[in-house]
Amino acid sequence: MRFSKFVALLSVAAISVGLASGALAQQKTVKIGAVFPLTGNAASAGVHAKYAIEVALDIINNAHPELGNLPLAKNAGLAGLGGAKVEVVFADNQGSPATGQNQALRLITEEKVVALTGAYQSGITLTASAISEKYGIPFVNGESVAANLTERGFKWFFRTTPVATDFAKVYYDFLTDMKASGAKTDTIALVHDTTEYGASVANTISTIFKEKGLSIAQDVAYTTNATDVQSQVLQLKDKKPDVVIMISYTSDAILFAKTMQALDYKPPMLLADDAGYSDPSFLKAVGKISQGAFNRSSWSVGAPGSPTALIAKMYKEKSGDEMDDTAARQMQGFFVLIDAIDRAGSTDPAKIQAALKATDLKPDQLMIGFKGVKFDDKGQNILASGLIIQLQDGENYVAVFPKANAEKPPVMPYKGW
Amino acid sequence: MSIVLVQVIVGGLLLGAVYALFSSGLTLVWGMMNVVNFAHGDFVMLGMYVAYVVYTLFGGGPLFGAPLATLLLATLGVIVYFGLIRDIMKGPMLAQILGTFGLALLLRYSVFWWFGANFLSLPENLVGGTFDILGIRIQASRLLAGVVALLVTLGLHLLLTRSTLGSRMLAVAEDSTAAQLMGIRPDSMQAIAWAIAAGATGLAGALIATFFYVVPTVGETLGIVAFVTVSLGGFGSVPGALIAGLLIGVIESLSGYLIGAIYKDMVVYALFLGFLWFRPQGLMGKT
Repeated sequence: MRFSKFVALLSVAAISVGLASGALAQQKTVKIGAVFPLTGNAASAGVHAKYAIEVALDIINNAHPELGNLPLAKNAGLAGLGGAKVEVVFADNQGSPATGQNQALRLITEEKVVALTGAYQSGITLTASAISEKYGIPFVNGESVAANLTERGFKWFFRTTPVATDFAKVYYDFLTDMKASGAKTDTIALVHDTTEYGASVANTISTIFKEKGLSIAQDVAYTTNATDVQSQVLQLKDKKPDVVIMISYTSDAILFAKTMQALDYKPPMLLADDAGYSDPSFLKAVGKISQGAFNRSSWSVGAPGSPTALIAKMYKEKSGDEMDDTAARQMQGFFVLIDAIDRAGSTDPAKIQAALKATDLKPDQLMIGFKGVKFDDKGQNILASGLIIQLQDGENYVAVFPKANAEKPPVMPYKGW
Repeated sequence: MSIVLVQVIVGGLLLGAVYALFSSGLTLVWGMMNVVNFAHGDFVMLGMYVAYVVYTLFGGGPLFGAPLATLLLATLGVIVYFGLIRDIMKGPMLAQILGTFGLALLLRYSVFWWFGANFLSLPENLVGGTFDILGIRIQASRLLAGVVALLVTLGLHLLLTRSTLGSRMLAVAEDSTAAQLMGIRPDSMQAIAWAIAAGATGLAGALIATFFYVVPTVGETLGIVAFVTVSLGGFGSVPGALIAGLLIGVIESLSGYLIGAIYKDMVVYALFLGFLWFRPQGLMGKT
């Protein structure tokens, strides 16, 4: 009796081991966690991020030889891991740093993801990446620009996007160039919210401008998700700065555009720092009354038939919207992460970390307009770069600076509506 | 006084009228039934989506959108009363809070699922653009919302103080058992109160949509102001909500302009708390 029970147990164990190993051999998947604002006030950005990652998954998990030198596109799955497929577990940060952190914890401990990406808002990337650092899980961010994210001495955090410091320099060069061609750029106003993103970008711009001898004449700070921005617009109308730099998420950016029109205020030059101004729903809602707005971008659709144009087409089919800079940077960040896992040939976090450190991608291996991807000791991509784009027709942005990449010359002054 | 300052105050008054408009529905159910409706902001949001749909499908402005939103939301108010509120009112306070909060999330994410997360917007010139009076800019859409706010407040006030229906509603609010003994059916009175409250909220939403963005989470952004407006104005007092709304609007605008936008909430809430210290029942609430 005892013996037969023992045999029965043993055979059950043997069968389950056999089943498990069979399952392992069949469904070799690499699980990645992605934390984005899928609900809450930034959900528009988060949902587009999800589309971007899903398009990237299609490219990675299926054969796309038409995409040229883009790593992972040619064959289906990851060659370095015997054709393993990549699976992404999405988590919702609800626009809250605390929730973002909890979700990162859940993805690592419950879902057992091997790496993380996200989390859109700088303030949430800050808290979520602190968890991955603690657990020794690689975190690759493609879109958060607050400078301090890579100043924390983290070993597991990597960022592919250009940061505020890079863009402040581009803005300075652009303003200098515009001044040389006759535009007035003497007084500058910064309009920003008080989130991690808004406050840190405003701070970086004013520090770098000051170093170069350009002072900020007016600083208009506001709390994000404002119910009303009339007083802020009137402050600008009062001081009449030559250049207004807008650092705003979508909800506030839309309200500013509407209020500027209502109060008949047009700055001679409006320069936006991405975020809300790149959100496709901003363009649809108020693009027509924001004509002539300058913005920054690292994304350009490229010539018809080029890999970037093909990716843009896939994205449009998936999301119904044009590819924007934020979604493109997120997608690029995700590609860099998966490329490192592919090269590591393993899902061991330490090996992925080593592969990320060894990343050296050339421009033709990217789907975005960086000079390459190569991380410094802090985990920041030193080859990230961007350009200035302008919303000339109120519908689509065109590249206007630097001249080498310009599709059209910049048009002055700001037209509005 | 400089022209800009006048503009700031005019802007604040128009903003305040809007606050008053979307708070009147809340003050009715909160003050009269002692039910805190956490789904209030999301009723505003639904009103905004009705206006948006009316515009995109039929090209209609608020002339069509506003009455339709009033009607639909009033119906929803009755459904919500019989389906949810009537039962949770018998339960503990916590059940009311969680019940209406659950309703808020249900409404928010139903709209989210149907319309998506994108920010939507009605064309800026849907309501006659902007007037310029001696250099003061007045947006027609905000002016319309302000005028309607005044009319709704007046209408609700007259209804509650001058009509039999109003007296019955107040009787139920004061002592539902005694009212029942007098031959008034508390159920129908409270259902009517919910219909009026939700209808007014839907109307507010449809008008706000003409100058504000439309997104499923917009109720969250606007909801808090409604709660402050109602408690400052006095629970259940419709004229109180109007005065409180105007006050908050002007204080927000002035402090935002003079001190800075990040401090305006601080100023408003400090004054609000200070005021409640002296007069906890609010401006026009009864002790």
